[in-house]
Amino acid sequence: MPDFIAEWLNENDIFNAMTLMEYWGGMVTTVQLVFLSLVIGLLIALPLAILRTVRNPFVSGPIWLYTYLFRGTPLLIQLYIIYYGVAQIPGIQETFWWTIFREPFYPALLAFTLNTAAYTTEILRGAIIATPNGEIEAAKAYGMGWLLRMRRIILPNAARRAVQAYSNEVIFMLHASAIASVVTIIDLTGAARNIYSRFYAPFEAFIFVALLYMVLTFILVFAFRKLENHLLRHQRPAGS
Amino acid sequence: MLDLKGYGPALAEGAVVTIELAFLSLALALTLGLLGASAKLSGNRVLTGVATAYTTLIRGVPDLVMMLLFYYGGQVAVNALSDYLWETRQIDFFFQFDPFISGVVTIGLIFGAYMTETFRGAFLAVDVGQIEAAKAYGFSRWHTFRRVMIPQMLRHALPGIGNNWQVLLKTTALVSIIGLTDMVRVAEEAAKAERMPFHFFIPVAAVYLLLTAGSELFIKWLDKRANVGVVRGN
Repeated sequence: MPDFIAEWLNENDIFNAMTLMEYWGGMVTTVQLVFLSLVIGLLIALPLAILRTVRNPFVSGPIWLYTYLFRGTPLLIQLYIIYYGVAQIPGIQETFWWTIFREPFYPALLAFTLNTAAYTTEILRGAIIATPNGEIEAAKAYGMGWLLRMRRIILPNAARRAVQAYSNEVIFMLHASAIASVVTIIDLTGAARNIYSRFYAPFEAFIFVALLYMVLTFILVFAFRKLENHLLRHQRPAGS
Repeated sequence: MLDLKGYGPALAEGAVVTIELAFLSLALALTLGLLGASAKLSGNRVLTGVATAYTTLIRGVPDLVMMLLFYYGGQVAVNALSDYLWETRQIDFFFQFDPFISGVVTIGLIFGAYMTETFRGAFLAVDVGQIEAAKAYGFSRWHTFRRVMIPQMLRHALPGIGNNWQVLLKTTALVSIIGLTDMVRVAEEAAKAERMPFHFFIPVAAVYLLLTAGSELFIKWLDKRANVGVVRGN
C-alpha cells in the first residue's frame, strides 16, 4: 500500500482498515442478495410472462393477481410479512427449513425475488404482446409451431424491447435492497448504520456508502448500455 | 370482522400520516420537477449543469440511504448551526429534526429528480408551432410559459406523474424505519407485541393496495379529461 494512503488511514478515526472491511462485507452481501434475487426472479418471470399472455383466464388470472399484489404494495411490507411470518408457520421450527429461514438473509432473498419477479413479469409481458403481428404471421407461414415461434421469433425480439425497462428494474432492486438492513442483515446500508452508531458520524458513514451505491449503479448502467448496443446493433445506421 | 386488538385507532392515525406525507412530498416533488425541467431547458449552462448533477446524484443513491443521511445528518447539522449561532451571536436557535420533515424532504427530493425528467420530456413534446404562435401574438416569455407551455405540457406529463406518484406512495413506507409512526410502524409494533405478523401487515398492505388502485382510477380519469380535445390516431 502506498505510504500516503497508509498515513491517511492512520490519521482518521472512522475510515480505518476495520470499518473498510465492514463496508466490504456489506458490499458482498448486497451484491449477493441483489444478484441472486434478480437471477431467480428472471427465471420465474419468463414462464409467468408467457403464461400471462395466454387467453385462458384461469391461467393468466392468477398471474395477474400475483403481479398486481406485489406491485401494488411496498416491498418493505412484503419483507416484514415474510420475515416475521415465516417463524409463525406452525411446526416450521422443527423442520430443516427453519435452519435456512432463521437467517434473515433467506427471508429477504425470498421477498426480493418475489417482488422483482412480479415487476419483471409485467415488463416481459409488455414486450411479448408488442410483437408485430406480421412477425408472427410470417413465422406461421413458415410452418413454425407455437414453441418454435416463441423461441426463435417472439422471445428474442421481446428481449430487445424489454432490456431498457429491465435495466431500470435492476437499478431499482439494487436501491431497494437497502431495506435488507432493517431485518438485521449487514448489507452496505447495514454496515453504514453500524458505523454511524459507533462513531455518531452520519455524514461520513452515509455519504461514503452513497458513493459506493453510486459506483455500483453506474457500473450497471454502463453494462446495460453495452448490452443494449449489442442487442440493437442491427439497427445502427450503416457504416458506423 | 377483523379484530385489530385495540390497534385500530393507531393504525388509522398512521394511515393519515402516510397520506399526509405522500401529498406533501408530491407537492415538493412537483415544484422541484418544474424547476429542474425549466433549468435543464433554460439553455443556461450553469443551471443545466446543476439540474443534471441533481438528477444524476439522486438516481445513483438508494432512497433509504438518503433518508438516513437527512434524518441523522440533519440533526447533527442543526446542532452544529445552533452551537455556532450561540457562540458567535448569542442567538438561541434550535429545532428538532423530526422524521416527518426528513421524510418529506427526502421523498420530495428523490421524486423531484424523476419529475424533472418527466416534465422535461413533456415540455419537449409541446409543438414548436404553438410557441411560435404565442410569440407571433406578442406573448412574453413568462406568458408563453404559463399560458401555452404549462397547460399543453401537463397533458404529456400526466402518465409520467401518475407512475411517479404510484412509486412515491410505496416509498412512504420507508419513513417507518426512521421512526415515524405511520401505519407500517404501528403494524410492526403490533405484530411484534401480539406475535401476529399476518394479522397486522396484511390489512396495511390492503390499504396500500387500495391507495394505489384508487390512484390508478383517478389518473385514468384525469388523463381522459386532459385529452378531451385530442384525436387519437390508430
